[in-house]
Amino acid sequence: MSGRVGIVVFPGSNCERDCEKAFRDLGAEPVMVWHGDRVLPDVDIVVLPGGFAHGDYLRTGALARFSPIMSAVRSHSGSGGLTIGICNGFQILCEAGMLPGALRKNTGLKFMCRTTRLRVANAETAFTSRADEGQVLRIPINHFEGNWYCSEDTLVSLQAKGQIVLTYLENPNGSFADVAGIVNEDGTVFGLMPHPERACEELLGSEDGAVILGSMLDHVTKRVAV
Amino acid sequence: MAFLASVNVMLKEGIADPQGQTIERALPALGFSGVEEVRVGKRIRLLVDASDEHDARRQVEDMCERLLANPVIESYEVIVES
Amino acid sequence: MTTATSLHRDLGLTDDEFQQICDHLGREPSYTELAMFSVMWSEHCSYKSSRGHLKTLPTEGPHILVGPGEGAGIIEVAPGVAVAWKAESHNHPSFVEPFNGAATGVGGIVRDILSMGARPIALMDPLRFGTLDDARTRYLVDGVVHGISSYGNSIGVPTVGGEAIFEECYAENPLVNVACLGVIEDRLMHGRAEGPGNVAILIGSSTGRDGIGGASVLASAEFDETSAEKRPSVQVGDPFAEKLLIEACLELIARGVFVALQDLGAGGISCPTSEMTSKANTGMRVDIDRVHRREPGMEPFEVMISESQERMLAVVEPARVDEVLDVCRKWEIEANVVGEVTPSDRVEVVSDGEVVADVPADALAEEGPVYERHLERPGWIDRLQMEDPGDAAPDRLEDAFFAVLSSPNIASKRWIWEQYDHMIFLGTLQGPGGDAAVIRLPNSDVRVAITTDGPGRYCYLDPYEGARLAVAESARNVACVGARPLAVTNCLNFGNPEKPDVMWQFAEVIRGMGDACRSLVTPVTGGNVSFYNETKGRAIYPTPVIGMLGSIPEGVPARGLAFVSDNEPIVLLGRTDDNDLGGSEFAKTVHGVVAGRPPRLDIEAEARLIDLLVELRDLASSAHDPSAGGLAVALAEAAVVGGRGFKLGPRNGELHRWLFSESPSRALVTCRPDDVEEVLERADRNGVPAEVIGTTGGDVLGFAGCDIPLTSVTEVYEGALVETLSSSID
Repeated sequence: MSGRVGIVVFPGSNCERDCEKAFRDLGAEPVMVWHGDRVLPDVDIVVLPGGFAHGDYLRTGALARFSPIMSAVRSHSGSGGLTIGICNGFQILCEAGMLPGALRKNTGLKFMCRTTRLRVANAETAFTSRADEGQVLRIPINHFEGNWYCSEDTLVSLQAKGQIVLTYLENPNGSFADVAGIVNEDGTVFGLMPHPERACEELLGSEDGAVILGSMLDHVTKRVAV
Repeated sequence: MAFLASVNVMLKEGIADPQGQTIERALPALGFSGVEEVRVGKRIRLLVDASDEHDARRQVEDMCERLLANPVIESYEVIVES
Repeated sequence: MTTATSLHRDLGLTDDEFQQICDHLGREPSYTELAMFSVMWSEHCSYKSSRGHLKTLPTEGPHILVGPGEGAGIIEVAPGVAVAWKAESHNHPSFVEPFNGAATGVGGIVRDILSMGARPIALMDPLRFGTLDDARTRYLVDGVVHGISSYGNSIGVPTVGGEAIFEECYAENPLVNVACLGVIEDRLMHGRAEGPGNVAILIGSSTGRDGIGGASVLASAEFDETSAEKRPSVQVGDPFAEKLLIEACLELIARGVFVALQDLGAGGISCPTSEMTSKANTGMRVDIDRVHRREPGMEPFEVMISESQERMLAVVEPARVDEVLDVCRKWEIEANVVGEVTPSDRVEVVSDGEVVADVPADALAEEGPVYERHLERPGWIDRLQMEDPGDAAPDRLEDAFFAVLSSPNIASKRWIWEQYDHMIFLGTLQGPGGDAAVIRLPNSDVRVAITTDGPGRYCYLDPYEGARLAVAESARNVACVGARPLAVTNCLNFGNPEKPDVMWQFAEVIRGMGDACRSLVTPVTGGNVSFYNETKGRAIYPTPVIGMLGSIPEGVPARGLAFVSDNEPIVLLGRTDDNDLGGSEFAKTVHGVVAGRPPRLDIEAEARLIDLLVELRDLASSAHDPSAGGLAVALAEAAVVGGRGFKLGPRNGELHRWLFSESPSRALVTCRPDDVEEVLERADRNGVPAEVIGTTGGDVLGFAGCDIPLTSVTEVYEGALVETLSSSID
């Protein structure tokens, strides 16, 4: 299997190498993309990795959305390309308005690094096709600001359109409606707080992250084949 | 002309503020009773070059909309001194 | 030049040291020079009380590529694969301001590793605090953990383990030690400013007044009531700047641009300018007007000794300066040419066209005072060793078990380590909570094990034996995960070295550490000494923290402490001495006693056990060493983490002695029933006593004659620390 994956590196990103390894181990071809570039290389998938882009100063993700590369990321998803924002990447996507809601401090006011259990609420997306609806995935979280929030109206609309993709079985951070990951209305942009790249190897305790990354690769290789 | 502006960014009413709640719970233990509605926000200080106070305020409000506050969860208040 | 005479005392220099400075210079020093000497000759930077003793430690071995004296030790862990390993302390700053003190401690050790050309890949944080019934201590714990978490997580280096020990003696002198592992990606760097004509580039954050005199003021004197006023000396960390500094430096190292590289820590820019030139027999002319600053009006001396964080000094050939500046611009960090390497042997500092300091580099870096401090075995230690060690039988064994298990020293530290990113780099094959962390190096199958151990109580009762026990335990811990112990770094935390009993403790610890490291063939590759951990005349327990590094041969399966299947025989390796209860967690928790003698160590028996543990890699399904809390705690941990109980066979004698004794050189291993004969045979061949003491499985902890449900043990083990912390916070 192949699939070209562009991993955007912001100053302060720190999970880019982990994403690179996870995607490469799954047979994809990852390349690093500098945030200051204005054009994306020829890629099928864009990854906004975890970390602390621009130090997460002011607000998590607040400055990264103004990086030059972000308009190219917007056009990429506008033309049907897949984008996944993991942790800090999810925060950036929300700040950029590419996904609804915002991420607040965890209710426990502590940073949390632990493996969580997630329920696949929608297995019909390009990011979860390898899963069954209701399947439980074990994937680690690693954040201080993972407490997702949106208005009641927005939530109702997201639920109706199947945009809530992953929910926590044991809500670790106070996230509204236990939400761990959501997609945009087009189904091309996925943001989630858990780190699938940290769960792609039995040696590390779980391979469930490969369900998500692998689904994306399935999607883009199918598209290329057609 | 330079204007000193301050922006108070607060979580919107109705959005849970665990930091504020923690402080509120801690105060009685120190003997401060009758304290309610503790909310934690942040204050940003800027020196803005503008033609007049109105212009300074307009600029800072624009900054708030675009960067300094997240309208999904935060509200802001701009104070301009000459 | 303006001169300064009586000021030297305010800067922490003695009259005699002032005279030595005058002798070096042939005149009285200028104010800037005096400030530079005060930081470089401080205890923290010069090791003036400890150097003579440290020289006796073994530092060489076949795997040791770089020993003490550079930013970090360098150890070859597999053919052609080298790692950097180093520990540091940030005790005093963390007491004054826990969040920033702990955070900048992380930043400092990471730059030490970076200065060797290595990418930092794992951190460990050995911590010591007072007891948790004190509100100030709880504030310190929260602040220190948050500081480590905030800084370490942001720079993207996993914190994979450490320790947290709570003891009255640390109440006003908490210990915040930190160890860092790095891997050499491209080339080994060193801190030698070779080549006159080359230029010095200061890379990283701007220089401010923060941390001025941190080394001399905070780390080299006792605390008293006025310490709070010294708060301005504490630096504020900026992890984002550090992250960019790491990436920019690694990119430049890979390009081969740097002639030399050193971090700026204690002593500020005075340190690398003098140390790098002293090592290379060169000099440097520093134009401090070109040092980028964050506040106006700074005096030359302030610039020279500021301990502002996140800065490195690189020596570069003139032709490659632009390349350095370009890469730094890309990473959005500042870089400025601030000096030039000269053929002289002097550090000259120029400000506003005027020479404000002109000092022989060796005088600053190498020829500082060395003290053979008076040392004397104190009378109290004999009395202490004669006292009742607190080994009487408890009223109820079950109560004693839960008392020990819920001690914050024993209970799970999950509340702490879940605040640390311990997973980034996808290399943490075994993270916090085990005997040692197992790290797979990036883009490689090479695995190493790291651990830290520092039994202060044992060292208080007998510093020589305590230090040997510390080395033995750390070596045993890495052997438990299947690694061969290779090298030691350390953090030596003591009271006031000007007191003969403290100096005696130090000398004894060094002697014990040296002996044990020689026996186990684990050379000391560097470390750190932190004296003056003393408040109002009360010193901490002598606390040498040993950081042990081991390597795991290829193809060895991962092995943790947890019981992994039911019906497996539990084999106890090594000999239990029923009298090894002195200084134990049992004696302290159940009887409130810290007295007697610490457990006795036979280092040859330890070496045999380590060989056996390494050899059992293919057979043992789990391995765990009984240390604090003895067999009772080791068995409970294996059961709780594995989610299954056990049943022990009947025993003669006083059960509490067997269960809570802290005899060293022991390990619990499990294996498939079919393999038990082979395990026992290998033990016999290695000269290690071995006995099947029970079987895994079930939902109770079956201590002969005393069954305790696994669920209640789990609840106490996992919940005790959080409960202690949160019940007292409200």
